[in-house]
This record gives sequence, C-alpha cells and structure tokens, in this order.
Amino acid sequence: MTGNPKDTKNTKFTKFTKETAAHQRPLAAPFHLLIFVLFVLFVPFVSFVFSAQGPRRIISLVPAVTEMLFAIGAGPQVIAVSSYDQDPPEVQQLPRVGALLDPDVERILSMKPDLVVTYGSQADLKQQLDRASIAVFDYRHAGLADITETMRRLGAATGHASRAEETASGIERALGRIRERAGTGPRPRTLLVFGRERGALRNIYASGGRGFLHDMLGVAGGVNVFADVDRESVQVTTEIVLARAPDVILEVRSADIVTEAEAAREARSWAPLASVPAVRNQRVIVLTGKALTVPGPRVAEVAERMFQALHPSK
Amino acid sequence: MTLRRRLIAVVGAYGFVTLAVVLWAPTVGSTPISLSRVFDRSVPWTDNVDAQIFYVARLPRVLAGALIGSTLAAAGVVLQALLRNPLATPFTLGVSAGAALGAMLAIAWRLDVGALGVSSVPIASFLGSLVAMVIVYGLASSQRRGLSTNVLLLAGVTLNSFFSALILFVQYLADFTESFRTVRWLMGDLDVGSYGPIVAATPFIVAAFVVFSLLPRALNLLTMGEDVAASRGVDVSRAQRWAFLSASLATGAAVSLGGPVGFIGIVVPHLVRLMVGSDHRVVLPAATLFGAAFLVLCDLMARTLMAPVEIPVGIITALIGGPFFLWLLVRQS
Repeated sequence: MTGNPKDTKNTKFTKFTKETAAHQRPLAAPFHLLIFVLFVLFVPFVSFVFSAQGPRRIISLVPAVTEMLFAIGAGPQVIAVSSYDQDPPEVQQLPRVGALLDPDVERILSMKPDLVVTYGSQADLKQQLDRASIAVFDYRHAGLADITETMRRLGAATGHASRAEETASGIERALGRIRERAGTGPRPRTLLVFGRERGALRNIYASGGRGFLHDMLGVAGGVNVFADVDRESVQVTTEIVLARAPDVILEVRSADIVTEAEAAREARSWAPLASVPAVRNQRVIVLTGKALTVPGPRVAEVAERMFQALHPSK
Repeated sequence: MTLRRRLIAVVGAYGFVTLAVVLWAPTVGSTPISLSRVFDRSVPWTDNVDAQIFYVARLPRVLAGALIGSTLAAAGVVLQALLRNPLATPFTLGVSAGAALGAMLAIAWRLDVGALGVSSVPIASFLGSLVAMVIVYGLASSQRRGLSTNVLLLAGVTLNSFFSALILFVQYLADFTESFRTVRWLMGDLDVGSYGPIVAATPFIVAAFVVFSLLPRALNLLTMGEDVAASRGVDVSRAQRWAFLSASLATGAAVSLGGPVGFIGIVVPHLVRLMVGSDHRVVLPAATLFGAAFLVLCDLMARTLMAPVEIPVGIITALIGGPFFLWLLVRQS
C-alpha cells in the first residue's frame, strides 16, 4: 500500500517528461537563441539609424512651425500638436497637448517626445522640458526672411536638411519672382488690415512697419501706410485712415470671414470714408482663407494673392 | 431762493465748461484739419477729407464720450445715494459685468446679427446688462415689499464675480485673436465708428435721465436713512425701484456703447461733491455735465498722445482721474 502512491507519482513524472520531450523539436533552442541575438544586435542598430536622422517623436506647440515640419518632410515624426493646429490636414488625427498659454506639461512628458517646438515666451515650459532632458526648438514670429531661415534650422534639427533647403529656397525663389514682377509697376500705398469688428469701422487692427505681413506687402508691391510705426500691429481710428488716405485697403481676414458674399459685404463697410482713394476707386479688397496670417510655408502663395489684389491688371 | 441761485450758477459754470470742451474736442486730433474747409459746402463731400475727419471720425467719438461720461457719472451719483455707500459705482450691481459677458460671447462666437446700424457686440452687451438687471432686481425684491438695499448690494457684487468668472472662462476658451479683442473691449473704447450705435443707445439714456430728474429730493432723504425718508413723505420702495432700474438701464446702454470705461462712475460724483456740496439737486446736474467734459477730455488724450497708436481710454481716465481726486481730497481735509 505504501509503495503504490510513489509508483503512481513516478509513472506520472516519467509520463510528463516523455510527453514534453515528444513535443520539442530538435532545432528550437538554437533558433530562439538566434532570434534573441539578432534582436540584441538590431536594437542599437535601429536606434543608431534613427538617431542619425534626428528626433523621431516631435511635439509642436506652434501651428506655423507644424506646417513647416510637414513641408520639409518631418511630418511623420510629429506625434502631437497644439490645440490651434489645423493645417496640413494630417494634423487633424494627432493628439492635442494645449497651446501657448496652457501647454499640458504632463501630457507632453508622458508622450516621451525627443523634440518639442515651443514659442519664445513659454519660459516655464522650456525649463520643465530642460529638467526632463528633452530637446527644445524655440521659435518666435518675426519677419518674412525668418520663415525660410526657421525652416532650414528645423531641417538641421530633424534630419531633413536637404529637403528643408529645397523647400526654403523654393519659397525664396517664388517670393523673388513676385518681387521682380512687382518691381517695375506702381506701388500703391496700402492699408493692410488683419482684424476688425464685423460690419463696422470699429476695432480696426492693421499691420505696422514690422513683421511678416508688412514684409509680404512689400514683396507684393505695396507700400504700407503704417511703415513708420515700429510695431507689428496698430489699432487704427477712422481719423488715421482718412489722414493717411491709402490707395488700397487690403484686408486679410483669416478667422471670421468665410464666404465671398461676406467678404463683399465687409468691403462695403468702408463706404463712410468716401474721401479715401481706396474707397473712392473701389479698391477695398477682402481676402479670406486660413493661410493668410500664418507665417508658414504658404507665404509665397499669400504674397501672390496680395500681388494679384494690388495689381489686378497683371 | 439760494438753491435756485446756486443751481443756476453751478449749471451755468459746468455747462459752459462742458460745452466748450465738446465744441473744442472735435477740432483737435492727430491730424490738423481746417475748420473753414470742414464747413465749406462748395467742396464735394467725397473730396473733403477735413469734413470727413470731422464728421465721420471725431464727432461720433466726442458725442459718444459726452453721452457715456454723463451717463456713468449720473448713474454713479444715483447708486451711491441709493446704496448709501460711497464706494458704489455703476458697475457695482452686476449690470456692467452682464454687459461685458454679452459682449464677450458675441466676440468669441463671432455673432453676426447687426440691426439698425449697430453691430452684434453692442446689442449682445445691452441684452447681457438687461439680464443682469432682471436677476439682481428679482433677488432684491423677492424678500419683502420694496427693495432691500443690502440684498441689492450683495446680489450685485456676487453676480459681478460670477459673471467675471464666466467672462474669464469665455476668454480662456476663445481663439487667441478673439481673446485679445475681448480684453481690449474691457478697457473701453469710444471709437464707435458711426452714429448708429449712439442713436440706438440715446433713447434708453434719455428715458433714464427723465427718471433721474425726478429723484434728487428722494435721494437727499434716502441718504439719511429709509425711515427718515419715509417719515418725510417719500415712497421709499418706489423711489428705490425707479432709482435702481433707471441707473441700471442707463449704465447698460452706456457700457454697450463704449465698453466699461472705468473710474468715471465712482470718482466724478465724489469730485463734484467736493466742489459743490452734497445736495443731490445740484450734484446730479453738475456730475452729468462734468462727467461728459471729463470723458471727452480723456478720450482726446487717448487719441492724440501716442498717435497714430491709440491708448485705451479706460487707462487714461484712471491715470488722470486718480491723482486729481487724491489732490482734491488732500486739499479739502
């Protein structure tokens, strides 16, 4: 009686080892080892290849820079964007991590980015990223020349230097061609408005003599009536508009005006300023479109539209 | 008849100053204009830049400034007496916060429902002020017959902070350019752009002033206490109702026209009291006239000091009014 349980145990054990042995293929162990070895070798190889191409996980908090990233071919590396990003269409699917005033630091850190594009004034965020040893690409809106310059710097930082150079010089050539065509013609004195209360001559904001809008107007062959004001934006009263008497009033309304009918109606709201040459000669032009006030890769197209508006005969 | 004589003297002096300021202000600005050309009928309108600067750019601003300045100053006088509180302003009872919330929503949602030459922002802000007025009035008159000034004050202050929180929330959620516009609206702006908004606001303000003109005797007695006023034959609850409703209506119309231009509603009444005493029969007309002159002058600085860049007029009223008031205060004591 006492030996019986031992026997059963033994038989069970032998049975088990036999079964497992029967299921094992003779080459299995070396095959697993090979895969493991290859994997161990492959990981540093892969990371070496990608580190040579720059960061793989980019978060952009600046819509204009997001557009630049996609334009220079770094789009696939972008893993998240700001709340205000709309273009290019690819960003619609990307997660949002706050914006200029409310960057979601926890979310940003949890996504393990290796490059974050910040705006110049986000000092706290930059400090936090620095503490987490995450590289920062700092950006500030400036003049027109800074746009292509930024694209080149972005190319160098993300491993797309040659494509960035190509895109940037393409934009510069396009701007150069517009400048050339505008060069010989008349240069109308232009009021460049980028914000105004709908249907009223209130809260008019125009471009001063600084910034990319002012520069684009120059490329398109217009003379800014506020070139003497060393600011990016000027809140303008009707008195100043009457006094400066622009030949053309060019409104770039990217946010609130969508349809052509709305644009035409907005153009008519300048009618009370009858002595202004632009109003008298019906040269109030309202341009619409999201790209108009974005200092990104579409500046040449916008400059072209401005040129067409200022020189309708060409 | 010492009162009548004083009234004539004060209204005459203040009226003269105000009239002079209102007539002078449109002739001054960032651009020199020739008055003879402004009134020269032989030059066609479309060619007459000077006339357009005068009639299109400056006159609406000066008129708006006079209207808003006098309204806020008079409403301040009425509310300080009604609440028996020297710190009361036209903005204390939540009306301006309601107006501001209306304006913020119109800007943030890009509302586009202009009517009668008035764009959506002033309309929305006037509606907001009416909503706030109805809420505060309902709360203050729910407890007992007549208005409880305590409840009025507390409800107004609470509604103010509640609406302010909503305003901040709307601003925070709004797009960046809209956020800036909402902040700018809160600084006050008399560049109303056309006569439409002024014409639209005037009936409400005139109606309020008609009521104001009936109030001074009751206000004099109310400042001594409700019981005193009642014993001297004042129908206290009726006077309080009319004072609150007229002051709120006027404030709502003024704020929807030019934004919540600060400081006038609190300091002009005190300035005027320091100069002419505390009889509301004199203070009310004097504050009305002085408020107009004061705001028109402040706006004149706003549009000329840094031209072509404009300074928000709310900044000027506080920068000029504050030290002036303190100087008067120290000199008096």
